Amino acid sequence: MRRLHLVFWFVCAICATNRVYGHGFAGARFFPATLSTDDPFVADELSLPTVSTIRTPDDGGTRETDISVEIAKRITPQFGIAIGETLTVLNPHEEHSANGFGNLELAGKYQLVKNAEHETIVSVGIGVEIGGTGSQSIGADSFTTWEPAIFFGKGFGDLPEPLRFLKPLALTGVAGIAIPSSASTRTITVNEQTAERDVDIERHPDVLEWGFALEYSVIYLQSQVQDMHLPTPIDRLIPLVEFAMETPLNRGPTGPTTGTINPGVIWAGKYFQVGVEAIIPINEHTGNNVGMIAQLHFFLDDLFPHTIGRPLFGENK
Amino acid sequence: MKLPSRILSLSLVLLLPAARINAHGFLEHSDPSVGSKVHSAPAAVRIWFTEAIEPRFSSIQVFDATGKQVDKKDTRSDPSNRSQLQVSLPRLGPGSYKVIWRIVSVDTHRTNGDFRFQILP
Repeated sequence: MRRLHLVFWFVCAICATNRVYGHGFAGARFFPATLSTDDPFVADELSLPTVSTIRTPDDGGTRETDISVEIAKRITPQFGIAIGETLTVLNPHEEHSANGFGNLELAGKYQLVKNAEHETIVSVGIGVEIGGTGSQSIGADSFTTWEPAIFFGKGFGDLPEPLRFLKPLALTGVAGIAIPSSASTRTITVNEQTAERDVDIERHPDVLEWGFALEYSVIYLQSQVQDMHLPTPIDRLIPLVEFAMETPLNRGPTGPTTGTINPGVIWAGKYFQVGVEAIIPINEHTGNNVGMIAQLHFFLDDLFPHTIGRPLFGENK
Repeated sequence: MKLPSRILSLSLVLLLPAARINAHGFLEHSDPSVGSKVHSAPAAVRIWFTEAIEPRFSSIQVFDATGKQVDKKDTRSDPSNRSQLQVSLPRLGPGSYKVIWRIVSVDTHRTNGDFRFQILP
């Protein structure tokens, strides 16, 4: 009974808000949706499409192009879910190309803290990549991977006035552990001529996935700090640099951290934003070639404020 | 047409017709302008937003350097321009002033912000 009471008050707390901020706001701060690292807020939004391309560091190099779509929906003002899918096209050097869909990805996120004065957001979430739902031709995992994570966003609008031109800066970040449901995959191949069996064991470590984005909002500069009378479209630009890293934690010799540094720019309008970034590998284990990622991202809460762009529960009309 | 171009075109065709409605209201420009230094005291603070707003649920407040509210608490919109909001000021002396605005756009999105301006001696 006591547990039932706790659940009741928890649901009440979730539903009791009447603040209708929607996508990426904490006080005066608008956080754009970042391209390479997950953002900290819960929102009604649609990324359609996100396109990335890079040459991977295997023998001869394989050009990998991913075209993905993700839709996120608020269930309550603080809790949202997301579903995503990716079409991957692989073009190996001097071999036939392959393409297929990756595993289906689902996620849930709960916004724990939102502080307007200090432009701060903290959220927790869990993502799951459902094994076996993707195509083996592009190497989709046959096992499921869970990833609990913590997200944060901090705008620097509370800096003192002498540092006012640093107020448009903001930092968002994520740290999560990808936990595969299978510790290893065993592949047996038989030589047809000698009938010898070759057993190959691929280990799947838990992986610390971490990253952050440092951004400078010209929108914030213009409307909060100093009207520089900048022309369109410069007045709505958000230059940023993202760091997306992966560190294996266990199962065999722990490999080096791999990842990319992605400098780029986002233009944010009323109903959508467009972003483009370079993808620069941090070391040779990640790759030797620079790639590119671009995204068209729609704010469903602004496009459809009275229907699919609002939380299903807990928002006063 | 390649697949990424098709997806991009399809998403624009599906979603852009919906873009006739309103969105989150941002400050477009103001008088006095954000962060400005003016020689003569303004009679009012006027803010133009990117969206039409609900004046009943929107406000502008002006505070002096000591944190005392100095505006005439008569926030109102311009009947001919629903995206503009203004508040009257008494005759202010030289100093730094902070403007805090909170608005609800006509589609119920709430936004807020603040900026400073300075009256020079």
